[in-house]
Amino acid sequence: MWDQEIRAMGSCHAILAASVLLATVLPAVLVPGFSVYGTHLLWIYCVSTAVTGVSAVVFWLLGVTPPAKKHTVGYKLSRLFRSCLYFFLSCLFFHTVLVLYGAPLIDSALETFSLAVLLTSLTTLRCLCVLGPNVQAWIRVFSRHGAMSVWDTCLQITVACTLVGAWFGAFPIPLDWDRPWQVWPVSCSFGATFGFLTGLFAAPTWIHYHRKQLTYKCK
Amino acid sequence: MSLCVSRMRWFPVLSLLLWICSVFLCGLYLFVGGFLLVRVEVNRTSSCLDALFPGQEPERDFCRGQPRFHKAVLLIVDALRIEFARFDPNNTSPRPFENKLPVLGETLSSEPSHSRLYAFRADPPTTTMQRIKGFTTGSLPTFIDVGNNFASSAILEDNLIQQLGQVGKRVVFMGDDTWESLYPKRFHRSLPFPSFNVKDLHTVDDGILQHIYSTLEGDDWDVLVAHFLGVDHCGHRFGPDHPAMADKLSQMDRVIRSVMRRLQKDTLLVVMGDHGMTDTGDHGGESQKETDAAIFIYSPSPVFQKQQAQLEPEVVPQTDLVPTLALLLGIPIPYSSVGQVLLPLFPPHGQSAAGALSQQEALWINAKQVNRFLETYSSVAKDIPPDALLHLRTQFSRLSSEYLSASRKGLLSSPELTSSLQDYLTSVRDTCRATWAKFNAFKMAAGLLVLALACVSCLILSELSLTLIKENDSIKSCSVVAVLAGVCVAVAQMLARGFVEVCWCVFGAALSSELLFIWKTYQAKSPSRKVANFRSLRGFLTPAAFILLLRCASLLSDSYVIAEGRVVTFLTLSLALYVPIHLNWHGLLLPQTYDSPKPSAVLPSPALPNSVARKEANTLIACLVLVVGSAFLSLFFHSCREEQGSCQPSQFLAPLSRMQDEKRKNLHYVLSVCALALYTYLIRNWMRSCGNLNATSITVFTANWIFPLSSVSLALHWAVSGTSEDSFKNLSELIGLAQVALPRAAYFLLTTGLLLIWLDPLTVFIKHKSSAQRLASSRLPPRYRASIGISPQAELHHLIPQIYQEMRRSLDDGELNAGAEEDSGPAVEAYGLGTVYSAPLLLLCGVLGVGLLLLHPEGMALAFLLLLLEMGAVLHIHASAVNLSRTQAGGFGVPWTPVVLWALAATQFFHSTGHMPTFPSIQWGAAFVGFPGGHTGTVLPATLVTLNTFASHILFAVSCPLLLLWPLVCEPQSSRAARSSTDAEVDEAKMEIRLRDSPVHFSSALLQLSTRYLFVHGAQVFASVCAAAILRRHLMVWKVFAPKLMFEASAFVVSCVSLLIGVTFVLRTDSAVSRWFKRLVPDVSR
Ligand SMILES: [Zn+2]
Ligand SMILES: [Zn+2]
Repeated sequence: MWDQEIRAMGSCHAILAASVLLATVLPAVLVPGFSVYGTHLLWIYCVSTAVTGVSAVVFWLLGVTPPAKKHTVGYKLSRLFRSCLYFFLSCLFFHTVLVLYGAPLIDSALETFSLAVLLTSLTTLRCLCVLGPNVQAWIRVFSRHGAMSVWDTCLQITVACTLVGAWFGAFPIPLDWDRPWQVWPVSCSFGATFGFLTGLFAAPTWIHYHRKQLTYKCK
Repeated sequence: MSLCVSRMRWFPVLSLLLWICSVFLCGLYLFVGGFLLVRVEVNRTSSCLDALFPGQEPERDFCRGQPRFHKAVLLIVDALRIEFARFDPNNTSPRPFENKLPVLGETLSSEPSHSRLYAFRADPPTTTMQRIKGFTTGSLPTFIDVGNNFASSAILEDNLIQQLGQVGKRVVFMGDDTWESLYPKRFHRSLPFPSFNVKDLHTVDDGILQHIYSTLEGDDWDVLVAHFLGVDHCGHRFGPDHPAMADKLSQMDRVIRSVMRRLQKDTLLVVMGDHGMTDTGDHGGESQKETDAAIFIYSPSPVFQKQQAQLEPEVVPQTDLVPTLALLLGIPIPYSSVGQVLLPLFPPHGQSAAGALSQQEALWINAKQVNRFLETYSSVAKDIPPDALLHLRTQFSRLSSEYLSASRKGLLSSPELTSSLQDYLTSVRDTCRATWAKFNAFKMAAGLLVLALACVSCLILSELSLTLIKENDSIKSCSVVAVLAGVCVAVAQMLARGFVEVCWCVFGAALSSELLFIWKTYQAKSPSRKVANFRSLRGFLTPAAFILLLRCASLLSDSYVIAEGRVVTFLTLSLALYVPIHLNWHGLLLPQTYDSPKPSAVLPSPALPNSVARKEANTLIACLVLVVGSAFLSLFFHSCREEQGSCQPSQFLAPLSRMQDEKRKNLHYVLSVCALALYTYLIRNWMRSCGNLNATSITVFTANWIFPLSSVSLALHWAVSGTSEDSFKNLSELIGLAQVALPRAAYFLLTTGLLLIWLDPLTVFIKHKSSAQRLASSRLPPRYRASIGISPQAELHHLIPQIYQEMRRSLDDGELNAGAEEDSGPAVEAYGLGTVYSAPLLLLCGVLGVGLLLLHPEGMALAFLLLLLEMGAVLHIHASAVNLSRTQAGGFGVPWTPVVLWALAATQFFHSTGHMPTFPSIQWGAAFVGFPGGHTGTVLPATLVTLNTFASHILFAVSCPLLLLWPLVCEPQSSRAARSSTDAEVDEAKMEIRLRDSPVHFSSALLQLSTRYLFVHGAQVFASVCAAAILRRHLMVWKVFAPKLMFEASAFVVSCVSLLIGVTFVLRTDSAVSRWFKRLVPDVSR
């Protein structure tokens, strides 16, 4: 059972990583004038869309998402609606946090918001896929004994990696090197993406090596 | 019961703190002594009379003589290394910087009696500003020239430009705008161009080229100075080995050719570099590539003798330009010059044309001037070693008699005389250079070593505070060893060298005591303690330590130092956010609402009931929002430094009196007054809600009257100083009076307040119950109801009355003896006992804060309010975190996270009160608050400016003990209620009285907290010391790192002093509390 779940997770993460790479490479081939620095916002949107679409589909196919309690269409619709709402609220939340951390308040609001969208699609969306629109559960997952399945542990690792990556991404901004990737928010979105990719790789590996210690009370 | 008489162990706490502080200071003293070269400026000016020949030709006025040259052109090519100027025709594949100035080589070979090329050796620091100062004053400028005011960089020492101006020569300047800041309004005409942007290779040079030729052809100049920057900037940007450097040097070649073509017969041309550059294009240090620039001297008429190979120097020190130029142009040598005339430019005695100075005469004038300067300097400053000074004096008196007898006999041309004059000048220069212009590597290394060991000792001290408090003898042996070592070093120096250098005694003392301390603590380790140590080491590897590491690392990069305000805010926010995430990770933030049947072995058993925990968690989140909000808002109060390109300083930094727009002025005033009022209200309201405002002590009087009154006088002072001069013309006298009286009244009130708080810090109100009330209370079923809730007087309804359990019991016992069996209520109620330590400390900080605000511009009231809010929020976050994660009520130790947060917040608000670690950003206006007419002494204004600059460090350091007290103040209320319902007998809320139960733990926790705080600051100081030592030759060392080091070091000293004040105040309060208990329960000696 362990092997199966880890294998499923590994392939799921491979698909996600591939989607990120494709979202970088494909537009570069297809769209003229596309470059990761030059049209950075476009790149962010590509990656966000790819990650959002692929995770939704993959998690739905894998059946990780908690099953709906009721099977009425209305309930499912309201759930979908709440998910979208949470997605948007999370974008606003990240935007606020970024501004509080020192992002320009007015000048480059669009850039900041794009980064917020990227962060949301890398972190919040995953929470939505694994736990459903339930903030209590989200908070619960991020405690030592809060993970109730392999996927919860994996969620902990990827989200932490993404956020830490974005945090580290802010470091080069004040340096006076005048490189194109030091422009806001390039380094942060790179950091977040690299963190996400690292998390995708690290989570199954870590779980594989610690599977003896991991005990989940109920699933 | 020994509780009531036991007091804290004040001696070990204070002595250990003092010891660690002084060790840190010794390290700083040593390092700064080796790194920051200090020289005293002599503000005297040479005059024409000084240059007279002694007693012989009184009629010959030096300035009216015929000078050798009437005009001079100084082409300064910044960073023109000597290799750039040499021309090697055999070099077939030159590198980009080689053979690019062929004009020099061609001229040297075609006109050997017209031109010379030398290596022009600069003295460190090889930075442009210091170099310009060096080759105009002829002195050896250091980083700090005492006497120069920090506010502007204008040169006040005697210099060439001033001397030229005095004899009426017209100096025209064009190029690097550093000159304009050094010599404001001294030039006949000046065309400065911006020099700051290192990436810009052409602005300055093109600007000069547009004007230089027309100026040269015109006739309104005598001395032309043109300072090209392109080569230097090219070096910084690309390094010397780059095609751009070839282009730049070829351009310079064309410039020199065109200038030479336009020279007149009586014009001297000097082409020179101010310093060299390393292979990476940097400069500032003392390697030969940085110091050796080129100097090329050319005259259209022949000046140089052909066969003088033995007199030709290869290397010309940079100081030598000043006396040479001065004597060639016929002006007195500037007073502080220590240079030596360049002999090849002067004819030997006997061969000179009428009026021109011969070599020996020039040397004699030069030697006399140098001797005059040396005498003056040694009378103002004592940094030249006395034996060297004595040697120079005897040398000069011998020379003097030699020269006079030779001139009487007409034997001036003797080569012995020439060489002995040269020897004298060289040895003066070498002595001065050894004193001023050399980093003392040994002192720097010694300082680094002492500082590093001090950090280690500080860490050990904070981890082993409990055992050290108990032992109590290590400090004695440490100080004895320190004194012994110091004396030993002094005696050894006395025997070996004949004089004592204090710094090495300090080094011996500090190092030996540190080593002894570390060795003793290492020896004292029992196996069990080793385990504990290991655990505490692992406890140190936390995000708090990581953030501290990042902070220290950020001090090693100039970009991060420039952006320090934002960097620190970023780190503060990150660390504050870490607290709830950490709590949540351990499942402590949210009470377990979902009911999964989990075994209690997995979950930590909740220390608090759910409702209390949720309340604590809500407080924590609310305070986190407050911290984040105030940190974010505090960014709007930042000032700007010149390196930050597009930066607007905060509007709140401008004083009201300078504001033009009336509406905005009023708005700012109202905002500031509101902030001040809220500041005062918040502190008083907190004290009232803790029941500390009911007593009749003088501290309460201070809180009730002096504190608000001083705020009012501050607000009035702002109003008066903000009124524009012309609005109330007939009241101008009154306004002038108020401008002096109001701030002085505030000073007086605040000083009185601080003194009163110190005299009697108790804020406890005692109510003796009448027997009737005692009867009434005895009817109430739970025994302690009376002490918690019911207070018969209306004005007491806010209070949290506290009864000290043990004291009550002892009184009960007494009553039992008297036979009053039915009595259950306590005989004495003491209100405000629960916050007996924190309330006076808070008030002290509040009063201090108003005093510091007085020294700031009005708008900073908002920043101070944010400071108070952030302080309170951090305290509450810390308290909630402690309460949520408290497993057992044991020691009072404060974890690292809040301490690091506290120290970071101090730096954060250093920036948010409009300060920057640069000298131009010092708010000199603070010295004139209440003293609009200026001062007579220097101590008072220096103190005021220091208080202004380090206001935030002072406030955070003084209030540091609050971190220890606050978790006790915020002890969860309902847990007490819940428990007291089950076990009323045992658990009464004790709050800070808990500390009195275990004075040893209290002392050790206080020591631990203060050493941790010192360690955080000490680590930052150590990092900036390392930055200064490692990056000695960085482009930004004198602009960024050295000022940062000085500010960090001063902040550390101020923090040390303030922390000691805060700790001493807590100890003072403790002794007052003990006395109070003794008075209350006199027969407690059981
Ligand atoms: Zn320079
Ligand atoms: Zn330079």
